[in-house]
Amino acid sequence: MDEIRRHTISLLVENRPGVMARIAGLFSSKGYNIHSLSVGETMDPSVSRMTIVTSGHPLVLEQIVKQLRRLIDVIKVVDLTATGEKFVDREMILMKVNAKGDARAEAMRITEIFRGKIVDVSPETFVIEITGDEGKIKAAVELLKPCGIREVVRTGKVAVMRGPKSLKLV
Amino acid sequence: MAKLKGYQIFWESLLKEGVDLVFGFPGGAVINIYDELVNYPQIRHILTRHEQGAVHAADGYARSTGRAGVAIVTSGPGATNTVTGIATAYMDSSPVVVFTGQVPTGLIGNDAFQEADIVGITRPCTKHNFLVKSTQELAETIKKAFYIATTGRPGPVLVDIPKDVLTGEAEFEYPEKISIRGYHPSTRGHPQQVKKAAQLIAQARRPIIYAGGGVIISGASRELRELAELIHTPVTLTLMGCGAFPGDHPLFLGMLGMHGTYVANMGISNCDLIIAIGARFDDRVTGKLDAFAPMARNKAVGGLGIIHIDIDPTSISKNVEVDVPIVGDAKNILEQLIDVIRTMEVDWEGRHRDWLAQLKGWDSQHPLQYEYSDEVIKPQYVVEKLWEVTQGEAIITTEVGQNQMWAALFYRYKRPRQFITSGGLGTMGFGFPAAIGAQLGNPEALVIDIAGDGSFQMNIQELATVAEYRIPVKVVILNNRYLGMVRQWQELFFDKKYSQTDISVQPDFVKVAEAYGIKGYRIEDPKEVGPFFENLVKMKEAVIVDVIVEREEGVFPMVPAGAATSEMLLDKPASAKNGERLKRLLPLNFPS
Repeated sequence: MDEIRRHTISLLVENRPGVMARIAGLFSSKGYNIHSLSVGETMDPSVSRMTIVTSGHPLVLEQIVKQLRRLIDVIKVVDLTATGEKFVDREMILMKVNAKGDARAEAMRITEIFRGKIVDVSPETFVIEITGDEGKIKAAVELLKPCGIREVVRTGKVAVMRGPKSLKLV
Repeated sequence: MAKLKGYQIFWESLLKEGVDLVFGFPGGAVINIYDELVNYPQIRHILTRHEQGAVHAADGYARSTGRAGVAIVTSGPGATNTVTGIATAYMDSSPVVVFTGQVPTGLIGNDAFQEADIVGITRPCTKHNFLVKSTQELAETIKKAFYIATTGRPGPVLVDIPKDVLTGEAEFEYPEKISIRGYHPSTRGHPQQVKKAAQLIAQARRPIIYAGGGVIISGASRELRELAELIHTPVTLTLMGCGAFPGDHPLFLGMLGMHGTYVANMGISNCDLIIAIGARFDDRVTGKLDAFAPMARNKAVGGLGIIHIDIDPTSISKNVEVDVPIVGDAKNILEQLIDVIRTMEVDWEGRHRDWLAQLKGWDSQHPLQYEYSDEVIKPQYVVEKLWEVTQGEAIITTEVGQNQMWAALFYRYKRPRQFITSGGLGTMGFGFPAAIGAQLGNPEALVIDIAGDGSFQMNIQELATVAEYRIPVKVVILNNRYLGMVRQWQELFFDKKYSQTDISVQPDFVKVAEAYGIKGYRIEDPKEVGPFFENLVKMKEAVIVDVIVEREEGVFPMVPAGAATSEMLLDKPASAKNGERLKRLLPLNFPS
């Protein structure tokens, strides 16, 4: 009951200035964790979709959802993890790795195994793009480490429920 | 449709909201609003002497009437001066709408003269806030602001209006109705939860109703009383709840918490079921969380847990895990609950007889009391006399500290909206401007600010406001020349090291009052108190009364910070009592 859990929360919010600040401010003022946060416009340009990965004790996670719902600019909140429904989550990572000598072939092989792409090539580096869930990204990073990773950029997780169910405005 | 200027739209919108009284302070960014004000004789503007005073006054108006209070200030420092007032209203769920001027949209972000990002600054202490981007959206934004401030769990809303939005033009059409897709306050309780609550109540042997400010906001006092009488269950109130249940009712236990009565704190510690209504389990109520309500929360000893009625889902299971949450408006839910309970056949009186007898025992063991003296005025005596002389009918506002606790404990409130205090934020300097707002909202009422000498000095500039508009508030200063509550902590927990709490160097409050053209009096003899107050309540003008009280009087009972609610200090340790002259006050008249 009391262990810390990691949850993925989906939000529909008003697409207007200041909304991100309200949400980030809520997390910082209440001392909640944010592991990742991603945001983008939906089919309806007045609405943005946000995915937040957070963690805490069950009571804290419940509070996070309720506090988010309390914000006037937040239209809908669903704690995907708490619903028990299956959902797909993905993150994209861009890594600039060393690609000289043995590392060059090794980096190519690993990229292939992870169905990633090399999107930029220079005599000494690759930029590798890999998309996947948390486990896959973590594994790819681990395996590429020996090649020498110079830079890592991650998008943060995006998530959507499996099957016909979807997050609607009302 | 004819186009109106932004500053005209501003006042037209306020008229549409039924506003006839605003508090404010002009400045460059809002000068057009003030220029236009003369064309709106329907609206009375009260010029306070500080923007903080304007917001507290609007807050006092809101709390005493239930209607939204309005404040208007300029950009930059005008706006930042409102922050304490806004945070005060936010913590106590008071519907205040604050309009701030802003530099023209083209200058925002340029560090322009008198520019402050007030929307950013107040984001965490408003229910919501807006920056108006164009004259076209001004009317709708004002409509939204009032709607959000006054519905659901009320709270302050700030509307920041750049100068060019005020001088721009737009067609004026005030929306009749508004819908905000991210805002749907729930009002009715879930019937299944209500039923569950009724069943728990029927099982209880030692239930207690713990009610707070939500009952007052919801207008549920009558329903609260009906429920308590129906199920024959004692009621304790939070500081914010004072007035929600009649102070002289046989089922009333007094306030609970850090300075609650012995019987209320013993009641909450020994009950087997808590029925919490519009209260939020604040740390000043619960004391040490693990030790709060140990019987009710322990199933092994027959505890039935906690029922929690609240309109704000975030209040539920925030500090204390509850068993039966019911989200919605207290009045509606109590009506629903009473309906269900009426269908039950329970001998409520018989079931709770032993429990009420036990409570009565605790109360006679340690009633609310203080040591009377005929040499020096006791602050509790002052409050008690005020209560007597006003026959419990006055609107009382308070500052923060000892004066506030004595005002809560020794005045018995009859009605909701009669006791106005900064409970959540604990803002010194609140009571005086709040009294101004309460008086203007209730012109016929006798409004008294029970003040401390420290707090009163924090918004003392509002004496000019009182003088200018002849606002007949009475300020009764319990003057102990200390920051009394902090001194009390220092006495009890810091070896009487009175670090920075002695404020003996202070103005002559009588002369200060007179300097503003206001009547000022000083009382130093206990024998004068009664007769003076008899006169005071007949006076039709503002009066400042400097009551010189016992310097080192304490507020008791007291639950030390971090202790369990049942671990109360009932008096100063090793108190040097001059004989047994304890005055036993406010005995609870339980039916025997």
